Amino acid sequence: MATRTQAAPTTWPHLGLGARRALWAYAFLLVPLAFFLAIRLAPAASSLYISLHEWNIISPEKPFVGLRNFQTLLADPRFARAALNTVRYVAVGIPAQIVLGLLLAMALRRVTRLRGLFRALYFMPFVTPVVAAAWVWQWMYSEQFGPLNSILVALGLPTLQFLRSPGQALYAITAMIVWQYLGFQIVIFLAGLEAIPRVYYEAAEVDGASGWQLFRHVTIPLLNPTLVFSIVYSTIIYLQLFTQVLNMTFQDQGGPLASTLTLVLYVYQLGFQRFRMGEAAAATAVLFAVILAITLLQMKILSKPVEY
Amino acid sequence: MKHVLALLAAVGLLLGLASVGATQQQVTITYWQYFFESKVRLIDQLIPQFQAQNPGIRVVHENFPYDTYNQKVASAVPAGQGPDVINLFYGWVPLYVDSGYLQPLPTDAFPVQELEREFVPMLRNSRFDGKYWALPTAVRSLAMFYNDDLLARAGVARAPVTWDEFLVAAEKTTVRDAAGRIQVEGFGIAPGGQDHHLIREVLFRQWGAAPYSPDGRRVTYATPQGAEALRWYTDLITRHKVGAIDFFPGANGYRNAFMAGRAAMIFDGSFAIGAIRGGTRAKWGVAPLPRRSAGGEASNFGSYWVHGLTVRATGPKRDAAIRFLKFLVSPEVQRVWLERVGELPASRSLVSDARLANDAVFGPFIQGLAYSRATFFVDETAQRQVLMDAVNEVVVNNKSPMQALQEAAAKEQKILDDFWTKRAKKQ
Repeated sequence: MATRTQAAPTTWPHLGLGARRALWAYAFLLVPLAFFLAIRLAPAASSLYISLHEWNIISPEKPFVGLRNFQTLLADPRFARAALNTVRYVAVGIPAQIVLGLLLAMALRRVTRLRGLFRALYFMPFVTPVVAAAWVWQWMYSEQFGPLNSILVALGLPTLQFLRSPGQALYAITAMIVWQYLGFQIVIFLAGLEAIPRVYYEAAEVDGASGWQLFRHVTIPLLNPTLVFSIVYSTIIYLQLFTQVLNMTFQDQGGPLASTLTLVLYVYQLGFQRFRMGEAAAATAVLFAVILAITLLQMKILSKPVEY
Repeated sequence: MKHVLALLAAVGLLLGLASVGATQQQVTITYWQYFFESKVRLIDQLIPQFQAQNPGIRVVHENFPYDTYNQKVASAVPAGQGPDVINLFYGWVPLYVDSGYLQPLPTDAFPVQELEREFVPMLRNSRFDGKYWALPTAVRSLAMFYNDDLLARAGVARAPVTWDEFLVAAEKTTVRDAAGRIQVEGFGIAPGGQDHHLIREVLFRQWGAAPYSPDGRRVTYATPQGAEALRWYTDLITRHKVGAIDFFPGANGYRNAFMAGRAAMIFDGSFAIGAIRGGTRAKWGVAPLPRRSAGGEASNFGSYWVHGLTVRATGPKRDAAIRFLKFLVSPEVQRVWLERVGELPASRSLVSDARLANDAVFGPFIQGLAYSRATFFVDETAQRQVLMDAVNEVVVNNKSPMQALQEAAAKEQKILDDFWTKRAKKQ
């Protein structure tokens, strides 16, 4: 120790032990930072650059066009449709996922027998490959062969078009996504519920609180950090929906009649199928701004500290 | 003895060096195509053959996955790399010309009149700016695949020749369950498969509506005849119920349904022969696309991949690239291509070969080439979407075919206008 403190002034004359430790930490952090800059920030910056230029993906020239790509987007009904659809996925999917997730998590906490099995069962969809699951769901929704319609037929009810109907397709796909993320949501809630100290419940029960009151005034406020995390995290996922939609509407991607089209699928089609990279990058920039705004807003509104 | 051998070796070495000096300087050219196994293997076998015929030229063959092909070109060419001869989908030619990657085919090496005499007529549809930019080795057309067993079981004696016969056959072969759900489609309908080509280049034309103006810049199918054609097609779903969209899911759902014996008839391209041959258990056959009456107008949609010269090919490389291109589109290569890859030859002389035209499987496709048209697409993805949507507007939204078609024409016109305005600004 003595030799080190003596040696230090010769190399870093003004740095104390703490500062040198921090320097080491930064040195190690430099590696992931470099990675982050090269893999994340640089492409994002180049995407912003492209959004102000016209580029057909192969042309060596990228003439500057100012905000014209954004104007083109605003004039494209498919963009408006994709934006509206994306909002619908968020508005329907997230509440469903949160409510179902919380209900099931609370139910699972009460299960004492075969606890591990139940938890594994609910978690399974989350670890199932998305593409395979999407194709199986597509068959389940089939008007001709699907088991869902077979049930309706057996009950003497008319069949439903599901993915073939512009009115139902989006909700049919949302159901699959909720099913897929539910297991993950449950695990998050289980952890959150475990973290609530039992003393609060006991104290409230002594004061004569009913089950609903316990839930409303103890569970919900103390679960707030978990709720905020869940909502922010799943909003980002729902705003970036792509794989499930692409695979469940493979021949008419985002169809029928653009009724399931998401922003990311729209970007993919513009950029990599129609080679309009400028407009695709512009749509990405819009999506980025929306995600950023929504995330900040949610953090602000939802993360009110709870005081007792 | 030792000395003699050494002397012989020395003489041989000298002669060898002299012969190298006598030939022209070695030129290396690069050829790019996307990865399709049979094509990649064939080109690998053809290159030594070409090099033997053309000493002094070395061809480097590189290939990339289809999905990243255009991106690869985009990153390589500005970096001073990339191909001298490139393989492209014909629909991408405008994009490549527009981006300044292709040079027009030199008319001294490829006289226009000769090209139009030698190649199947649909080549004309790839003229751009009044010039030819690339040539195909092989082409594809559409035909009807039918399940012989299903037709026979339904009492249909032969493959339908007219659309009326087609409808009757489709009705007879459709099987529904008690709830009216289709279990076997009479017609494996697929607007997003090959049917949008069928509607555009076959039904519209046969019903009396030219889909586009002769210069390809105006959409002209929104006429009463065009609407009748669309109505005839959508009636198959809504009124006759002989097929259902997405009956089998997936991009090739209609083909999968056919192979599984769940669709009696489908329209598909010659590129599907391999898959259908390998995957269909029932007895199947191929017939030309139906017409309105037995002697009525025949029409077909064709498409093809082309080889073009890039702007990188200059000086001696250009000469070498021209030779390689000529070799790639020669009748000899076309014949091997048909055998190994299963794609139809692009030259008229081979197409009229009686043996080929009478082939039970290739024959109907070959016949179709005489009257195939390759739509001049400027944005195939978007133009395909427009027609798929028109069908859905009628089928799911109950719009009248005329209204659906008018909306489609307006949307497609905008796509064309957009392309041509940008093009005009660049020139």
